[in-house]
Parts: sequence; C-alpha cells; structure tokens
Amino acid sequence: MDVAVIAKEIKRDDLLHMYYYLKLTRALEDRITALYRQGRIVGGVYTSHGMEAIAVGYASALERDDIIAPFHRDMGAFLIRGFTTGEILAQYLGKRTGPTKGKDGNVHMGDLKRGVLGFVSHLADNLPVAAGAALAFKMRGESRVAFAGTGDGGASRGDFHEAMNFAAVRKLPVVFFCNNNQYAYSTPLRLQMAIPNVVDRAKAYGMPGEIVDGNDVAAVHLAAKRAIADARAGEGPTFLEFKTMRMHGHSEHDPAKYVPRELLEEWKKKDPIVKAERLLKELGYGDDASFQEVTERAKSEVEAGVEFAEQSPLPEGPEVLEGVFADKADSY
Amino acid sequence: MMTVPQTSEKVSYLEAISQALDEEMACDERVFVMGEDIGTYGGAFKITEGFLQKYGEWRVLDTPLAESGFVGAAIGAAMMGLRPVVEMQFADFISCAFDQITEVAAKNHYRWGAAVPMVIRAPFGGGVHGGPFHSECPEGWFFHSPGLKLVAPSTPYDAKGLLKAAIRDPNPVIYFEHKFLYRRIKSVLPKEDFVVPLGKADIKRVGHDISVITYGAMVHLALEAAQALAQEGIDVEVVDLRTLMPLDKETIFASVRKTSKALLLHEDNKTGGIGAEVAALLAEDCFDCLDGPIVRIAPPDTPVPFSTPLEEFFLPKPSDIIAAARKLAAY
Repeated sequence: MDVAVIAKEIKRDDLLHMYYYLKLTRALEDRITALYRQGRIVGGVYTSHGMEAIAVGYASALERDDIIAPFHRDMGAFLIRGFTTGEILAQYLGKRTGPTKGKDGNVHMGDLKRGVLGFVSHLADNLPVAAGAALAFKMRGESRVAFAGTGDGGASRGDFHEAMNFAAVRKLPVVFFCNNNQYAYSTPLRLQMAIPNVVDRAKAYGMPGEIVDGNDVAAVHLAAKRAIADARAGEGPTFLEFKTMRMHGHSEHDPAKYVPRELLEEWKKKDPIVKAERLLKELGYGDDASFQEVTERAKSEVEAGVEFAEQSPLPEGPEVLEGVFADKADSY
Repeated sequence: MMTVPQTSEKVSYLEAISQALDEEMACDERVFVMGEDIGTYGGAFKITEGFLQKYGEWRVLDTPLAESGFVGAAIGAAMMGLRPVVEMQFADFISCAFDQITEVAAKNHYRWGAAVPMVIRAPFGGGVHGGPFHSECPEGWFFHSPGLKLVAPSTPYDAKGLLKAAIRDPNPVIYFEHKFLYRRIKSVLPKEDFVVPLGKADIKRVGHDISVITYGAMVHLALEAAQALAQEGIDVEVVDLRTLMPLDKETIFASVRKTSKALLLHEDNKTGGIGAEVAALLAEDCFDCLDGPIVRIAPPDTPVPFSTPLEEFFLPKPSDIIAAARKLAAY
C-alpha cells in the first residue's frame, strides 16, 4: 500500500495499536503452541501464525457495539475485543475461568457482552447468524454492523451462499470476509473451487467485493473501514477476500507436509509483522528499539496470562449438567 | 361460581395458532415472523394471513427459499434480543436447517452462555395425502439434541397457550403443529391472555385401567378409541404429553402407577421414537407397578407413503388402539 495514503488515512496511534496486537497475537499463539508441544494443552490448536494482520486489521476498524463472527484463525479479534490473555489461556487449558468455563476449548469461544459470536466448527455456520444480528440492528434502527467471516473451505458451504444471498436481498448492515489461506486442512484451492478468486461470487449475490492483501494490516484495516462505513450507511453488505497463507498445519499436530516448502518460503517473506515494521519505520513511527519494547510488553502480557490460567481452577465434573437451558435472555 | 369469559365462536386449531402469534406480536415489538411465503401469501396454510398489512415487511419477513439461512438469521436476531418465530412451510423441510438448529441454536447457551430465544413452527404429520416430503414427524431427530425444547399441541387451547409460552421462553423451541388438526378441531377459548406452561402434560381423559400416552393428532384417536373401549368396560386414561422436551415424567409416572398398564402411541416411526424413550423410563421407574408389557403403537419404519391405501395402512387407527388395549387389559 502507498505509504502516503496510509499516513493520511490511519492515525499514528491506531497503527501502533494494531502493531501491538499483531505482536500480542503472535506471542500468545507461540506460547500456546509451546504449551501444546509440552503436552500441557490438549485438543486442537489452530493458530493464525502469519495471518495475524487480518483479524487485527478488521477488529480495529469496528466500533465497540458492532458484532464480530470470527474465523478460527482470528485470535487478534478476541484480544482487541478485550478477551484477556489469561481468559484465553484458561480456555485452552479447560479452566473454569475461560469464556466457556471448560464447556468448549481453544478458539471455540465468544461473549455477547463483548460482541463476539462464539465460533462454531461447522465453518460458515455463523454467517447466517451474523446476517441475523444485522437484521436485528436494521429492524431496531441501530447504526451497528456485523462483521463475519470464514475461510476458503467454508466458502464452499451452503450457509455461505444462503447468508450472502439473504443479506444482499435485505441490504443488511453486514460485512462478509473470506480468510483465503489457500488450504482447508489439506485441501488446496484447486480442489475447493473452480474460480480463481472467492470474491468472484460477490457479483452473483449483487454485492460489491474486493481483494485485499491479507498480510498488510493497513490494507485490511482500510478495506474493512470502507465496507463497514457502507454497511452503516445502509448500502448493504460487502464481501472482502483477504489473500494470505496458512503458515502452520491445520492444527499443531499437523506438519502440513502437503504444502510445498517453496510456497511457505515465498510467503515467509510477506510476514505481516515484518511488513508492519517496515511500514512503521518508513512512516517514522518506530525503530528496532521500540519494536523490541513492544515485544517485551506483549511477552509480559502473555506470561501474566499463563500465570492466571495455570492458577485457575478446573471445573468440577457435575458442572457438565449446567447451562443446557437458559433461564433468561438479554438484549444486546 | 365465577365463569371465565370465553370466545362466543369456536376457534379452530389453525386460528388459535394465528391468534397466539398476532397477540404476541401486538404486545411485544421484539416478536416477528419469518419464513417462506408468509407475507403477501399469508403462508402455505394461511396462519399469517393479514399480518403483512398489520405489521409491515420488517416484522413479517418473506425469506429466500433457504431454511438453513433463515434459521441461522433467526438465531442471530434472537441473540441480539429479538424474538423471531420462524415458519417451516412443512416440518419436512426442517432437515435443511438441521445443522443450524442442533449445532448453533441448541449448543450456544451451553457452550458460551448465549441464550437463543426463538421458535420454529413446524407443520407436521400425515393424513393429508402429502407423501414422503409433506407428512413427516421429525421430532425424534431433535428429541435427541440437548438444548432444544419441543412442543406438540393437540387442541386449540393448547396450541394457543403453548405457542405463547414458547415465544416467551428464553430457549429455542420447536413447535410441532399438526396439519391434520388445523381445520378439523375447534373449541371456544378464554378471551383473556393465557399460556400453557412448557413441560406439563395434560390428562385429556381420566381412566383407571390403561394409560395411553400420546401427543399431537394421535390424542384424538386415543380419545375415540377410549370411548369405544368404555363400552366394553375398559377405562382408558389419555395422557397428552403436549411438551416432548422436557418430558413431564411426573405425570407419566403418576398415570402408569395408577393404571399399571402403558400403551404408547405416536405417529412418528416406531424405532427410536418418543415412545421408545417413554418405554425405557417406565421400565426404569415403574417396573414394580406394571401389570403387563409396555405396548407401542406407531407406524412402521418407512417413509410416509402417498397413495391412500398405503397411508391408511401406515398411520395408526382407533382399531389398532382398541385391539392393543383389549390384549393389554387381559393381563
């Protein structure tokens, strides 16, 4: 992206804020991966390693009362929405202090008070749900937006189509995105779809679409801001395709031998943190010393989280019976 | 004695559903309806006829033909604080929304504390020459899915009161309304607002010899059979479950402890149906008071057939109940 445009469109503090969350996401997920390798975390560990710019870019473009339905590699969105490293690590360790109190694990968390819909493994399930949240905003005359995404694999689901179509018909204030990281588990794009870009589908639903460099946090942020502004202005939904690359396996148990090494080498050069640091230097917003300071700050926030999570209690067995039914339903 | 003011005209089962929706929409602006052809057309069965004019296109939403999409949308609107009532044109089509119902609506509160206060109305059941795709009783699929409430009224009173209770409940409720009863069953209703609480069965006929435990359209078959059996001195109690989930175990057990004989009747396929669960509950909790085998009457494990003789063979009949009751009474 043109540095002059970024300088004009994004405030210095906002860019530094995004940089902090890029680093915090990386530090947190690296720590989670390490805990997994030590056998202290069980179950799946799906990281956003190398794709952190997407969630950080869009979540920082939203207002506080907007709603996010994140993809499962959008850790930055949780952090920006105020999920603490302690809560997140407690979730990974199955502790009672996690957002699901041990009922669910890892990225399968949400909180309506903080405007994050709980991630559902059945990819694209939350797209119609987010459209419905946007429907509620529109019906109540609220100036709120829903921001909902899935991956290149999830884009093959019927719910992807049904959500986009319904939202376009009713001109709902929702932004859809596809986190196109080129692999759905082991399945490459060429076996997922017969079109070069997922965004080609936007036209078929009658909504604008845009391809965005998913490794460029400023580009993601600005594209998200434009789409959000349109949605808020009553212009209806937009579809954003964030092009990126999944740098780890599907989950940390998966060495991803099916991904050509050259492809990973090529994308390693486009690492979003490296890219952001280059930009900050060009803008004169940071230098190696300030980046190091951010690294330390992120690390200590993660370590405080590890301590909180490890000291937190596990749930007791009989808690399994709690919460099947709600005894009240609030408004959000 | 005080008398409760009643409607002067008899109200059909269909009108009772329509009244419940209308009254809830009138008194609570969070309530809205969505589904296929429910606006201009008033719905395939005309439940929402006139609603579009009264409430406008943002509270009476005609949706694209995409059950998963609009059930998902209803879940989202419900979580934000609205009270969507979704119409499945036929209960059969609920299979298209199975994932949204069982994975999202049913699990959201358990997983991350997000209540989903919504109702899915599902016109179900046979006897209307609908064939395999317009006659199904799909309640069994959802009966096995924790987090959902299921209701199946048999009378206009229950239809109205249960729908109001379902709309006011903070959980996802599937409301199985029987198509065969829509225009065939009528009664006068109280004029004032009333609800039938979820989770409470109702004794539709008091008897002492055999408990027939059933729901939906089969309640009326059971009552017809009970009348005939009374001539032979067999006194049948008819337990209308009304709510399938959560099941009113207390009422079921109390009835069977009194009669010592249980006949389970439903229109859903026999294998893995509600009757199978009730039979297991009775075996676990009422074994010591049973004076005969637990008997099930239900259709065979086939899709619902179209042609009249096939469908007549498929559906339970009063004569099936009478024959089974005679056999059971002899124990």
